[in-house]
Amino acid sequence: MDPLMIGIIIKIVLVLAIVSALAGFGTYLERKVLAYMQRRIGPAHVGPLGLLQIVADGIKLLTKEDIIPQNANRIIFMIAPAVTAATAFIALSAVPLFPTFTIPTSFPLIGGAIVPSTIADINIGILFMLGVMGSGLYGPLLAGMAQANKWGILGSARTAVQFLSYEVITGLSLLAPIMLVGSLSLLDFNNAQTGGVGSWILWQQPVAFILFLIAGFAETNRTPFDLLEHEAEIVSGYATEYSGMRWGMFFIGEYANMITISIMASLIFVGGYAPLGFIPGWIAIILKISFFFFLMLWVRASWPHVRPDQLMWFCWKVLMPIAVINVMITGIVVMI
Amino acid sequence: MFEQIAFYFFSVATIVLFLITAFSKNVLYAMSALAAGMVMISGFFFLLDADFLGAVQLVVYVGAVMALYAFGMMFFDATKDVKEKNASTTLVVLLGGSVALLLTLIFIAPILGANIEASYPPLEGATNPQSVGLILFTKYLIPFEVAALMLLVAMIAGIILAGKKMDISLTDIEEDIAISEEEEMILDEKDGEK
Repeated sequence: MDPLMIGIIIKIVLVLAIVSALAGFGTYLERKVLAYMQRRIGPAHVGPLGLLQIVADGIKLLTKEDIIPQNANRIIFMIAPAVTAATAFIALSAVPLFPTFTIPTSFPLIGGAIVPSTIADINIGILFMLGVMGSGLYGPLLAGMAQANKWGILGSARTAVQFLSYEVITGLSLLAPIMLVGSLSLLDFNNAQTGGVGSWILWQQPVAFILFLIAGFAETNRTPFDLLEHEAEIVSGYATEYSGMRWGMFFIGEYANMITISIMASLIFVGGYAPLGFIPGWIAIILKISFFFFLMLWVRASWPHVRPDQLMWFCWKVLMPIAVINVMITGIVVMI
Repeated sequence: MFEQIAFYFFSVATIVLFLITAFSKNVLYAMSALAAGMVMISGFFFLLDADFLGAVQLVVYVGAVMALYAFGMMFFDATKDVKEKNASTTLVVLLGGSVALLLTLIFIAPILGANIEASYPPLEGATNPQSVGLILFTKYLIPFEVAALMLLVAMIAGIILAGKKMDISLTDIEEDIAISEEEEMILDEKDGEK
């Protein structure tokens, strides 16, 4: 077979394995960080520092009975979690993660394979990621409608509301940086910010950066906009009837989406994998991604939930005008 | 080889999904198949190297079908089958026949148009969004502007239709309903006394 094709398959397996492992590790990190912010210890009993809690959770999820409610729409009920998990990983296929490298020929079987930096090398990466991550919300929507449960219906109604609210903001907030760089390719964004901290798009587009972060929190159902499964109001929303690994797939999808949003924010606004002074590029981007991931946990610990009507009001009446004004000002500046 | 496999996969998936959309009596199946079919169509754009159009297809139709779901949720019980009312057989035959005719014409069109040359060939070296933008803002500028104006009109009409009580807070509206229910109860009691 073509060496590039083998390389792409290797890359797909790597991304799937690493990101799903990170998603599992993310649950541990989230519990630990939240615990320290609330003056607790968090998971501490299983293994050193509670690190093996992930394994315990995994065993619990895998061995739990997979219940499908009696009146539920079986097929859709079973597909829905797969939609969330699959789209989260498909979105990652357009992200440039590491430089292209060739596996030495001394390796058995896979020697000489070229592992590309991007799995699917398309020059409109940003748009593709937005579209695929948007279709990820079909998971909660279908799950809620298929399970013949009032809480589930409420959860899916809120999914539709949330999707229609934040999607406009994501698009409009990214439009201004896209106009500055003049490309939809994430590689071009990275190459436009190679001149150190001063060349970050963050300094030229602070408003767009904040808008994108807010919309990103809504996109990944993180806490200020955690409407879909708001325990205090609608039990567990779309996930009420789910158990076992199907429930787990929703959460793998959610954490993978958090990682994707962190990667997008670091590539588009804060320089991507350009080397940062004495820090090499690959460490720089891992630090940035970790910071954005931590920011999501930090915000969850600090802010209460909002109501659905508050989210709609906030998105349509506050954020959208700001985003449009930002795009117009950017347009005038670019023209001059 | 991969392109051919992908093409046949996407065509079979699209046709099957849209057949489910047309023939299923369950709202949830019909709408999910519609959404999935739209996603599958974007696969053809990616196969033809029209990445930009493929991504636009994804973004636009994901949102559009999501709005359809919102209406479906309000009007139907998603777990039960819908009883279809077939009012007029003539209309069905007429519509079905014209769609079949249209499809035949569409399939003939490539044969008829084989010797047509593109008057605006794509620029060498231009990326996808650039060529779309060039053709949109030169040859198709007037249709583009007209479409923008129509969308503006539709948006204003939508706001006027939906925004009758927009300046009143939601809590006040609920209080109004509560009061009117109380009044109704009082009225009912009076009726009972009579």
